[in-house]
Amino acid sequence: MYRITKKESLNPTVTFMEVEAPFVARKAEPGQFIILRVDEEGERIPLTIAGCDREKGTVEIIFQIVGATTGKLNHKNVGEYLQDFVGPLGKATETEGLKRVCVVGGGVGCAIALPVARKLHELGVEVTSIIGFRNKDLLILEKEFAACSDQLIVMTDDGSYARQGNVTVPLKEMLEAGEQFDEVITIGPLIMMKFVVLACKPFGVPVTVSMNPIMIDGTGMCGGCRLSLVQDGKRVTRFACVDGPDFNGYEVDFDEAMQRGAMFRDFERQAYEEACNLFREVKA
Amino acid sequence: MANMSLKKNPMPSQDPKVRAHNFDEVAIGYSEETAIDEALRCLHCKNMPCVSGCPVNIHIPEFIEKIKQQDYEGAYQIISETSSLPAVCGRVCPQESQCEAKCVRGIKGEPVGIGRLERFVADWHNAHATEAPVVPAPNGHKVAIIGSGPSGLTCAGDLAKKGYKVTVFEALHLAGGVLVYGIPEFRLPKAIVQKEVDNLKAMGVDVETNMVIGKTLTVDEIFEMGYEAVFIGSGAGLPNFMNIPGESLKGVYSANEYLTRSNLMKAFREHPVTPISKGGRVAVVGGGNVAMDAARTALRLGADEVTIVYRRSLDELPARKEEVEHAMEEGIIFKLLTNPTEILGYHNPDDPRDPKNGNVIGMTCIQMELGEPDERGRRRPVPIPDSEFTIDVDTVVMAIGTSPNPLIKSTTAGLEVNRRGGIVVEEATGATSREGVYAGGDAVTGAATVISAMGAGKVAAKAIDEYLQSK
Repeated sequence: MYRITKKESLNPTVTFMEVEAPFVARKAEPGQFIILRVDEEGERIPLTIAGCDREKGTVEIIFQIVGATTGKLNHKNVGEYLQDFVGPLGKATETEGLKRVCVVGGGVGCAIALPVARKLHELGVEVTSIIGFRNKDLLILEKEFAACSDQLIVMTDDGSYARQGNVTVPLKEMLEAGEQFDEVITIGPLIMMKFVVLACKPFGVPVTVSMNPIMIDGTGMCGGCRLSLVQDGKRVTRFACVDGPDFNGYEVDFDEAMQRGAMFRDFERQAYEEACNLFREVKA
Repeated sequence: MANMSLKKNPMPSQDPKVRAHNFDEVAIGYSEETAIDEALRCLHCKNMPCVSGCPVNIHIPEFIEKIKQQDYEGAYQIISETSSLPAVCGRVCPQESQCEAKCVRGIKGEPVGIGRLERFVADWHNAHATEAPVVPAPNGHKVAIIGSGPSGLTCAGDLAKKGYKVTVFEALHLAGGVLVYGIPEFRLPKAIVQKEVDNLKAMGVDVETNMVIGKTLTVDEIFEMGYEAVFIGSGAGLPNFMNIPGESLKGVYSANEYLTRSNLMKAFREHPVTPISKGGRVAVVGGGNVAMDAARTALRLGADEVTIVYRRSLDELPARKEEVEHAMEEGIIFKLLTNPTEILGYHNPDDPRDPKNGNVIGMTCIQMELGEPDERGRRRPVPIPDSEFTIDVDTVVMAIGTSPNPLIKSTTAGLEVNRRGGIVVEEATGATSREGVYAGGDAVTGAATVISAMGAGKVAAKAIDEYLQSK
């Protein structure tokens, strides 16, 4: 069992949690993920690691309440326990040899982008961060990004805070103005990452994307997390849990990944509604 | 007085029409009377050919003798001298190609039902035994086992009996490996696996779940923690796909994913928290035990029609004969000498946002014929030109094997692997290229049987004992 040591609501749908998991904390690196089960009967869900404290033996996660399981997770409080918490899984984000990097985060993906930006900053890399949200209410981690970025650009889709537009707008402007990045690292919704890749393509900047597909064991057994890459014109199958979650953005078949991500959408929606009703009943 | 009937006592089983809709165990097991009657068919051959057919060399005629004397606990004790998981083996071993294949009674008629007797004895013990297992005196040595599947549990059990302090590291949240995530409830009830794991715990074995070796801990760190030897029984790895178009469509699963959802995550229940496709038409590609398990699971999940698609003929089906027979009785369709070439998906040309886009709707297959034998002597299936046809399906399960997991080999310096990624071991000992590191089961051989993995765990336990005692 894994004790919750901190909990904070970052916005109405996004929650920060710190969990005691010394074996995971010992090794966790930016880009890696964990799999958790809330309780004895729970499903296994992957969540990317948002940070860790090796001395305290704690791991931070930031999650969006999107379904039944994340809803249940959000009902757990400090001092309560999670049934299972396993990791760190997947490969860490490659940071070696980088000098100037643009980190592009979207929505709750910013939670995963933050430790990457932090690590790059600690390594002395010049970091430009672009973070985007649908609106002002969903904004998270602005201060934290400001602290580890040489330049920070905040975008909202509706213009209710900072600059209006999506994250590709300032990215394109910078690239067109001749900004040279060794790499663009992007983490967020699949559709956003797809367009970040398209924006970078004319300039030949390497783009790393972080994939977060359907997953069960997370250790290279079930194959549920597979995605297709196109390498030298040939399609190859890769597994996000052991080969990723980071991939070369130019190789990922995003359209297929988006379709696969919707495989259980009806089931998930129904489960979420049932769970919400249950919580309402409990409250009433 | 020997029973000279040429036929085995049949295994009482649930009616195929009934069992196709439930997850209860198919085979019900011998009654006491039937077990004694079957035991009386054993001739007690001096040279005991059956024992040589058993990968863990159970003293078969001796335990059968105890059944005749109605000393079932005595029979259990004889089996457990050499086997750690009798209730499991009695259910899932391919006895027809092992002990029973060597039985003299099989020359003229059917062999003695050794597997069925083993199961009877183990079930009798589990239902009646009250005494806790003997906890052996500790010998002061610590051994780590990676993986709690059949090879790991066997190795752990054998070492614990010798007084070693054994810790089993399991990556998933539940111990049992393929016995819990892979083999379905109707063939191996999970309560039986749990009982075997509990027995080991009662003997002092520690089971640490949520420990992914190669990630959470490395083999080197395990040694630094004071373990003097390590056994790697990490099992099968990444599922293989055919690399045909359409394998990423919605409704295509690897058998590992499909079975894990149903077995480990209990998606077969009425209100599951983990989703799985239920109902419709299901095609399972492959002909092994895993394919049979997936097909029969699909049926029980409510499929209207389940088809096994296999590229060779009935004679080459690698699955156990009994599983194939059970599947056929339950109404699973076998499309043999058939190989998929493409999985077809729904596409609404007018609406790119149609949620049905990308759902599996069919599978194109090609007819095969058997050509020249390959290097293993099996006749190679060859496609018949222009024989393509399409079948209507909603779900496709790929059960065509696995490739070894990369996590341990990529984090353990000096651990030699073969071309396919399997860990290289000395067959007689299970010793790897790293001193003090042993391996066995699917991590070495690629997909194989539960009992061969147990045999490997046993061999390694003996070698680890000799290694540590001579140190």
